[in-house]
Amino acid sequence: MTDIPYDKPRVVRFRLPLGFLSDLLHGAMHLVDLVVVPVQRRLGTQRMAYFFVLPNLLIFAVFILLPMLLNFYYAFTGGSALYPQDRPFVGTDNFEALFNCQNVFSPNPTTCQEDIFWRAVLNTGTFVVFQVGGMVLFALVTALALNRKIRWRGFFRSVFFYPVLLSPVVVALIWKWILQRDGLLNALLIAFGSDRIQFLLDPNWARFWVIFVSIWAQMGFYTLILLAGLQSIPAELYESAQIDGASSWNRFRYVTLPLLMPTLLVVVVLSLIRAVQVFDQAFALTGGGPGTATTYVVQYIYNTGFTSTSRQAGLAAAASVVLAGVLMLLTVTQLRLGRRAEVEET
Amino acid sequence: MRTVLDFLTNTRGKRQLSRGDWITYIYLSLGTVLMFGPVIWLALSSFKPQSQLVRFPPTLLPYRQETVTVAGYEQPLDLYTVTLPNGTTRRLAQVSRVGIEARMIDPAQPDEIITVNIKDRQPVESLYFGADNYLRGVVAFDFWRYFRNSAIVTVVSTLITLLVNSMAAFGLSKYRFKGRDVIFVIILSTLMVPLSVILVPVYLVINEIGWNNNLIGVIVPAAATPTGVFLLRQYMLTIPDELLDAARIDGASEWRIYWQVVLPLAGPALAVLAIFSVTWRWNDFLWPLIVLSRKELFTLQIGLNSFQGEFNTQWDMVLAMTVLTLLPITVVFAFLQRYITTGIATTGLK
Amino acid sequence: MKQHRLLILLVVLLTVLTVTLVAAQDAVELRITWYNDGNEGEVLRELLDRFEADNPGITVVLDDIGYADPNVYHSTIQAQVEAGDPPDLARVNNVALFIGDYLDLRPLVKDATYYETSFSEAVLNSLRAGENDTGIYGFPLQFTITAPFINRTLFEQAGIEVPSDTRDDVTWDEWAEAAKQVADATGTPFAIAYEPRGHRFWGFVISEGGSWFDEEGNFKVDSPGFRTAAEKLIGWNQNGLSDATIWANLPDGPSLARDQFTNGQVVFLYSGSFAVGGLANAIGDTFDWSAVPNPSGPGGSTGSPGGSLLVAFAGTKHPEEVARLMDFLTQEEVLAEFSQRSSFLPGHLGLAEKGLDYEANADVLKVLSAEIPKIHEQAYRLQYSEYAFTYNRPIDNRLSQVIVGDLTLDDAIIAIQQDVDEAIKNAQAG
Repeated sequence: MTDIPYDKPRVVRFRLPLGFLSDLLHGAMHLVDLVVVPVQRRLGTQRMAYFFVLPNLLIFAVFILLPMLLNFYYAFTGGSALYPQDRPFVGTDNFEALFNCQNVFSPNPTTCQEDIFWRAVLNTGTFVVFQVGGMVLFALVTALALNRKIRWRGFFRSVFFYPVLLSPVVVALIWKWILQRDGLLNALLIAFGSDRIQFLLDPNWARFWVIFVSIWAQMGFYTLILLAGLQSIPAELYESAQIDGASSWNRFRYVTLPLLMPTLLVVVVLSLIRAVQVFDQAFALTGGGPGTATTYVVQYIYNTGFTSTSRQAGLAAAASVVLAGVLMLLTVTQLRLGRRAEVEET
Repeated sequence: MRTVLDFLTNTRGKRQLSRGDWITYIYLSLGTVLMFGPVIWLALSSFKPQSQLVRFPPTLLPYRQETVTVAGYEQPLDLYTVTLPNGTTRRLAQVSRVGIEARMIDPAQPDEIITVNIKDRQPVESLYFGADNYLRGVVAFDFWRYFRNSAIVTVVSTLITLLVNSMAAFGLSKYRFKGRDVIFVIILSTLMVPLSVILVPVYLVINEIGWNNNLIGVIVPAAATPTGVFLLRQYMLTIPDELLDAARIDGASEWRIYWQVVLPLAGPALAVLAIFSVTWRWNDFLWPLIVLSRKELFTLQIGLNSFQGEFNTQWDMVLAMTVLTLLPITVVFAFLQRYITTGIATTGLK
Repeated sequence: MKQHRLLILLVVLLTVLTVTLVAAQDAVELRITWYNDGNEGEVLRELLDRFEADNPGITVVLDDIGYADPNVYHSTIQAQVEAGDPPDLARVNNVALFIGDYLDLRPLVKDATYYETSFSEAVLNSLRAGENDTGIYGFPLQFTITAPFINRTLFEQAGIEVPSDTRDDVTWDEWAEAAKQVADATGTPFAIAYEPRGHRFWGFVISEGGSWFDEEGNFKVDSPGFRTAAEKLIGWNQNGLSDATIWANLPDGPSLARDQFTNGQVVFLYSGSFAVGGLANAIGDTFDWSAVPNPSGPGGSTGSPGGSLLVAFAGTKHPEEVARLMDFLTQEEVLAEFSQRSSFLPGHLGLAEKGLDYEANADVLKVLSAEIPKIHEQAYRLQYSEYAFTYNRPIDNRLSQVIVGDLTLDDAIIAIQQDVDEAIKNAQAG
């Protein structure tokens, strides 16, 4: 064992060191096979697909689809009862209540029945634009930096990815600890001769930090996806561009960007879906405040349907139906746009 | 000195660092501070006693007030540096405090009581990396029980996720059958509805099945992740169908093809999903919160929540327990980081 | 051969799993959903240990699910009750939520009249479904009165008299001024911390001469007194007397307010008697503090009443054991010990009359006890209304918006009224 050459590249292979477990697994799989073979005989090869899809679909149907359907029904009922059969049917009252607003761009309790909902919609809109924009930008810059031939690449890659592993509650706790009145950031500000800033008291600062922290926590994931996209661009393209005398900006503009487009599209769609659903981390950081400055749509739904004194589950469900509709629309439009862009290029 | 500089400024290509390289290094270094600094700050703070945590400006490293045991007093007494009226300073131990006056003694001469204004005393402190907060936290917080529950949920749920998601992905990527696209779209469309939005009906369903207050109610429902199906399907699409056909000609059953041909080839994607599943389940909060209301079933995240309470937050223990909940994930990541990061890159989530 | 071994292994594994998942249940187990404000959970645990020793075969488990958000706490219990799987007992404040789902202890307990004479009728009534309902569904664990607390050491350092030490009636403005002077003289960051809960605001409004009900007895928020009180609160936040973060971040607000007080960062804290144990524990020996009488105004001096109850749910499988536990816990000596060691004001009438010998915080609790007879009739009406909690959350939500500049006070008043009316309408819809 001692004669491993000093400079031999070591290949790290991922193997579960639990031999008996893998034996066990094989045995179990074999047993399953005994059961499945007769099934296959009856179904035929192609229809075995149903067998494979079934378990996943079953869990899905019971724990996600069924609640979604129930939720849809809730949207047309009122009261605070839990069981659908105990809830009075109210038609589209809940939707009318939500949309009963004279000016959705400056929601006010005197002109808007559900003014908080519209505030939440506006807040979510702002959040989505800046968070997705900022995150895609930083993830792209970071991916470009990590794609260069540099030292400690693996280290940097890991550091940027690490926050992805943290729970939203913990992320919020970490940053609250830094941003609070007597926190680290204010100590630094004062040390450099500046005044103390109550970061979570000023609406604009609070909005900024919610966006910043969510970029901080999620960026690493998208960076890695973009990095993979960058590494799949053939090096010859850059070489020939260099031979043609293209500047580095032009190489980025005419080689990198077009070829990265499909990956970029995935990143935008995924981050957009997540951004529209912003809730737990922001809620744990600011509690939706100051006032309602960082109250987002999902928090409105959660508060109205689950934590308000008189659970207005119907109203909450109506809002969630609106939310899901908007998300579908956004995703479909984006995929359409993306497909059209691809078609035009080819 | 020169060689060190050369070493640092050389890249793999042995050429001098260009301006672009400098900018890259500066950007990545700043990024490292920003990404990792906050976690380090949390870890350092978790060693501080409560009195230190509320101090402003905060110290970078944890300190703790020194105490001294004096004959005639049962409890150890806090040590202070006291400025006496004549301008000299002495180290005194505090016996008690009434209003703005502290009654203090010199540990060497415990008989003489000196009365000092509390403004004139400064606590004597020393660097401290002891496990005090951690030990108290683990006891007060019932850490091991919650840890065990979290571990069971995470491991079992991840195993089910891997099995169920890979089966579905195999079915969706390797067969043509009626309803395939519909099923795929339905699975993806659930990405659009976050759990917090369907909390009430979900609770209803769990309860009707009778899985509330049972770990299985946390394990099974979360196992069928849409992301997992999507990721594995995309990866399995790249596995050539010829391999499957060859196995079929050899007389392998479809199930055998799944676990002996496709699964081993999908290894990298499975590993990525495993890592994600572990972090998701370990960090899950809202779902366990509504399903579990019995203390002996709490996971770490719910335990941490009930630990904070509405009353005064015991920051010393909360920070320490938070660090403990981070630790397992961090250790796993530290060992597998190369595999994870390259895994995500090569499975190409496209 | 190998397959055989594997099969055996599998079977063994499955058996182990089943055995661990299906825990054997021989003894009767009672579960109490619980939260802690101070050390009362530990005290109760010791009392329960005694009960268990006297009643072999019954075990009682406290499930502390945390009270970070009162509405989440109650929603969690509500969902279990509605789904037909309630805890056997629970500590609750929003008692109206579960009317009709409580277990009637009258036929089960040893002496029902003891309950009727020992606990206030208003409290027992708050659990009942109507005038014909004479059931006994639980008992008050503690009585709460909201009141201010001050940091006496800071007053002493500043060389300023504590206003209430020399006079009976001190107005809110006088307290604010005194607290500001102390804060300025001692370099303390803030003068006043007011817990951001609508409930804490009821008494303030009444003492400023406000009324919470119109002529027909319906909830009405708009009154000169409400405006005066709200303007004062908003003023403190705008003039830097208070850290506006407390009202800006509602979920964290109460603990932030109390943290500031226990850390010596604020002179005057408005909280309630339930907080005494927790405050004492956190302050320790670092400074001297006390409760002071509620400030007064044109409407007199009153805090808001409150308190948490221990209730039993009809869904329990062990009604007799629940009644036995209730009989044990409601004994005068037991409640006395519970209150004394938890630094709680007793909800037991006899004990309240006699007064308790508190081991700790006796002075603070004496001041607080003296506040109880002064509670205004309207404050009681709010607390024992079935919409007590509905009168609570919209007030702090909307005042929070005014304090950060989202709304004008006029709009906030309209909004509170709308929110309350809408919530009542929704609750009545079923």
